Amino acid sequence: MFQKPKSLLAYFYSFFQQAGEVSLLLLKVLKNMFKKPWERKVFIQQLEEIGVRSLPLVSLTAAFVGLAFGLHIYVAFHRYIGPDSEAYGGPMLSLGLTKEFIPILVGLMVTGRVGSAIAAEIGTMKITEQIDALFSLGADPTRYLVIPRVLACFIMLPCLTMYGDIIGMAGGFFYNVYIMGVNRILYIRTTVHYVELWDIAGGLIKAAVFGVIIALIGCWQGLRAAGGAEGVGKATTKTVVIASISILIVNFFLSKALPSI
Amino acid sequence: MIRIVDLHKAFGRKKVLQGVNLDLKQGETLAVIGQSGSGKSVLIKHIIGILRPDKGQIFVDGVEITTLKDDELHKITPRFGMLFQGVALFDSMTVAQNVSFGLERYTDFSQERIQELVAESLDKVGLKGCEGLMPQELSGGMRKRVGLARAIAYRPDIILYDEPSTGIDPIRADAINDLINMMKREMNVSSIVITHDIVSAYKVADRIAMLYEGKIVEAAAPEEIRNSKNPVIQQFIHGQAKGPIKNW
Ligand SMILES: Nc1ncnc2c1ncn2[C@@H]1O[C@H](COP(=O)(O)OP(=O)(O)OP(=O)(O)O)[C@@H](O)[C@H]1O
Ligand SMILES: [Mg+2]
Repeated sequence: MFQKPKSLLAYFYSFFQQAGEVSLLLLKVLKNMFKKPWERKVFIQQLEEIGVRSLPLVSLTAAFVGLAFGLHIYVAFHRYIGPDSEAYGGPMLSLGLTKEFIPILVGLMVTGRVGSAIAAEIGTMKITEQIDALFSLGADPTRYLVIPRVLACFIMLPCLTMYGDIIGMAGGFFYNVYIMGVNRILYIRTTVHYVELWDIAGGLIKAAVFGVIIALIGCWQGLRAAGGAEGVGKATTKTVVIASISILIVNFFLSKALPSI
Repeated sequence: MIRIVDLHKAFGRKKVLQGVNLDLKQGETLAVIGQSGSGKSVLIKHIIGILRPDKGQIFVDGVEITTLKDDELHKITPRFGMLFQGVALFDSMTVAQNVSFGLERYTDFSQERIQELVAESLDKVGLKGCEGLMPQELSGGMRKRVGLARAIAYRPDIILYDEPSTGIDPIRADAINDLINMMKREMNVSSIVITHDIVSAYKVADRIAMLYEGKIVEAAAPEEIRNSKNPVIQQFIHGQAKGPIKNW
């Protein structure tokens, strides 16, 4: 089947319409967040699903990024500053990881793992009338489905990022010190000396924002899913695409906005 | 008890309801019949507030529900039990969790009491001891009966059944008719039963209403419907392909 190509105007129109829908959902989340009853059980379930179950993925990602990044930093210092300066790569590695790489990668990995799952689950519930059933049994879909997921992502992404920071830095440390034989004491000392708490906190703030983006877009796409299995598939794909791109764009602006000196 | 006034609803360009007027009296069972796609499911989804009309009002005991916010609406939904056409069991929960879902939200009963009521509701639909099963493990008919148990577990006083006996063998279907009658007799519920099955409509209904082209063409006692002069109704209840109702 061929689709009529959309005019540029139609693209703009649907972009703003969709942005509006997401904003409305966010508004609804904020408005209902503190109202009782709280869906404690679902929230805890989501914390586990989003947080704990993502640990293996985050561990692998962070470890290998740390190793690879450590490798390049080593080469850079060795080549451009000179032998024996490699230990000073520690702070650079830590900054790069904690402020950019780990938050972004955790965001993207969790988008793939959790964002898509949220869209698929809620989308399936939507097309099988389960959302209507929730409503008829006294559970408000926003409160029962959206808020626990948004909150869980908001809390868990910084945690995962923090954990990823540690694993990533350990990876870089391992590569430099144990494989390339960089001076261990010096490496640690420069890292501790030059990396500030704020650098790490900045990355965590980013991660929290990414968490909200992931959950919100997943829920939004799930709730507007229509048209059977194909619709759920589309919602899932769109979630991954939209959330990933939003994360990359928002990341730049956050990097710019968050004070770095 | 429920009064529907001039209800209109369209999806995009497709007009589904075009001025429905209908009453449900206290303690009455009203059967709604009509062709597939005539908007029966859409109609009852309006009654509980899942869908909002484009125009028209619905009153539940004098309170207009179409303009209520979701929060206020949830003060009324405990009075409603709804069996969905597709049943819509929560597929990540066990049968017991499905059935207790409304109880946990709508009552302050203790866990023991809730489990008791869950067992009682399942017993009523002939599914004693199925608490631990998952929806995927059930047959279509069993699923429907779990949906029924879920809708009646918290003892609502208005029950909306969307095709309770479709897809169920004739014996079980009749058992469901009995269940509908029992709910009315013992708990004095008022209910709306959507059905294609004209025999079951005769058996459970105090009144039968026919939805056609977005309107209720007639709402009357089963006897009157049977003897109705309206050719649309005659064609439907006798299941004839020829007549004023177009097939496709
Ligand atoms: N969410 C929706 N979006 C768009 N169209 C819808 C929606 N829900 C229902 N419709 C349309 O409304 C019409 C009536 O649907 P409805 O499900 O109420 O039919 P019905 O009378 O219950 O039929 P059946 O006996 O087959 O269940 C259908 O043509 C359907 O395409
Ligand atoms: Mg229907």
